[in-house]
Amino acid sequence: MRTFFNAVAAIAWKDLRAEFRSRQLISAMAFFALLAVLIFYFTLDAQREAQLLALPSILWVIVVFAGTLGLNRSLAAEHDSGSLDALLLAPIPRASLFYGKLIGTWLFTLIVAIVAMFMLSLLFNAALFLPQFWLVLLLGTIGFATIGTLLGSIAVQASGRETTLPILIVPVTLPIVMSAVRATTAILSNAPLVDWLPWLITLASIDALFLALAFVLFDFIVEE
Amino acid sequence: MIASPASPNVIEVRGLIKTFGLRPVLRGLDLSVVRGECVALLGANGAGKTTLMRTLAALSRPTAGTVTIGGWRLPDEAAAVRAQLGVVGHVPLLYTDLTAEENLRFFARLYGAAESRIAIVLARVGLSKRARDRVGTFSRGMQQRLSIARAILHDPAVLLLDEPYTGLDVDGAAMLDTLIRDMRSDGRSLVMTSHDLERSRTLSDRIAILNRGVIAQSIASDSLDSAALATLYKTNVL
Repeated sequence: MRTFFNAVAAIAWKDLRAEFRSRQLISAMAFFALLAVLIFYFTLDAQREAQLLALPSILWVIVVFAGTLGLNRSLAAEHDSGSLDALLLAPIPRASLFYGKLIGTWLFTLIVAIVAMFMLSLLFNAALFLPQFWLVLLLGTIGFATIGTLLGSIAVQASGRETTLPILIVPVTLPIVMSAVRATTAILSNAPLVDWLPWLITLASIDALFLALAFVLFDFIVEE
Repeated sequence: MIASPASPNVIEVRGLIKTFGLRPVLRGLDLSVVRGECVALLGANGAGKTTLMRTLAALSRPTAGTVTIGGWRLPDEAAAVRAQLGVVGHVPLLYTDLTAEENLRFFARLYGAAESRIAIVLARVGLSKRARDRVGTFSRGMQQRLSIARAILHDPAVLLLDEPYTGLDVDGAAMLDTLIRDMRSDGRSLVMTSHDLERSRTLSDRIAILNRGVIAQSIASDSLDSAALATLYKTNVL
């Protein structure tokens, strides 16, 4: 068990350290998020109430597409440089490789989501940084990163992977996006706990399901 | 655990078949390597050398047949097998955004190797002075040296070297020659692929020629001179 957690921590540390040096992923993802927010700001010609209603959908669409961009680049780089083989050669449980990669992906997605939230709050003058909303953000980004890392590991081995991952990820993450949007909408409209708690439970259940699935399936996904 | 008492072979491959889709690459291959032996695998491009090396490294699952390394069987005991292996490929398998030292520290954590080994292996491959430089700034040959350092970091019992001289300059190649000789005399087992017939002959105990997915010839290196090896190679490969 110690080997497992040690390997997870080492892989996550390696990804964060490498990204801290190159800033390739975060800058590409954040720039995409920034552009998307600006496009919505200049094109969403609606009443303030309608704009506020659209904000949760805008936020989560940006998270999904910016996250997919990051996943494509992160996993492709690991695959193309052959360094994925170096990880597969190590005497560690294969699942630890998955969870190590997941931590990096999740943190990058979370940072980009916070950047997008900040920009949306600023431009649309909306109070998005509510305490309950952080919970939705955490569960939503964990779910997206889990599914993304799992599907990305499959897509990276396929030809035409730049298009394969978005095609796979959008339908599979739909329940996550729907639940997150519904929970965010309810929280932003100051709805009572009973209105948004079921969506949080749904998010947590989907997260748990895919985290467990990855534990079982990852060995087969990376097997040649 | 290295080699069960019943068998002196550290590596034992029996009837190994590997197919990709309907295309067979290895067709019932047999290979044994004893403790302290270096086997040089020769063969034309596409003969199956890299596929065999990837299978021995537990990166590729055999379609049929048995592969045992150090008494552990693949693929069921792959983690135990991987702990005994050091692998050098023709691709360095390194992270270019990390320094040489950070790369080795990362792999030391994965292999459970002592951090004190980092300075030892860096000195061994002549990279001590570049330990804190990013691998992205290294030449191809320096990356290959670091790749060799990564492979010996955990002091493995078995070394798999797939065209390990790729990118190495004269000094680097001489360093690797010495390392291979030292590993042999320390009782490590080595399997090496190369297109350099003369180097393979002088460094190995045995030459195995791979042709169409099987070992076509397996012969003691000291029974061959350069001309005899060239003739044997031409006869079995070309």
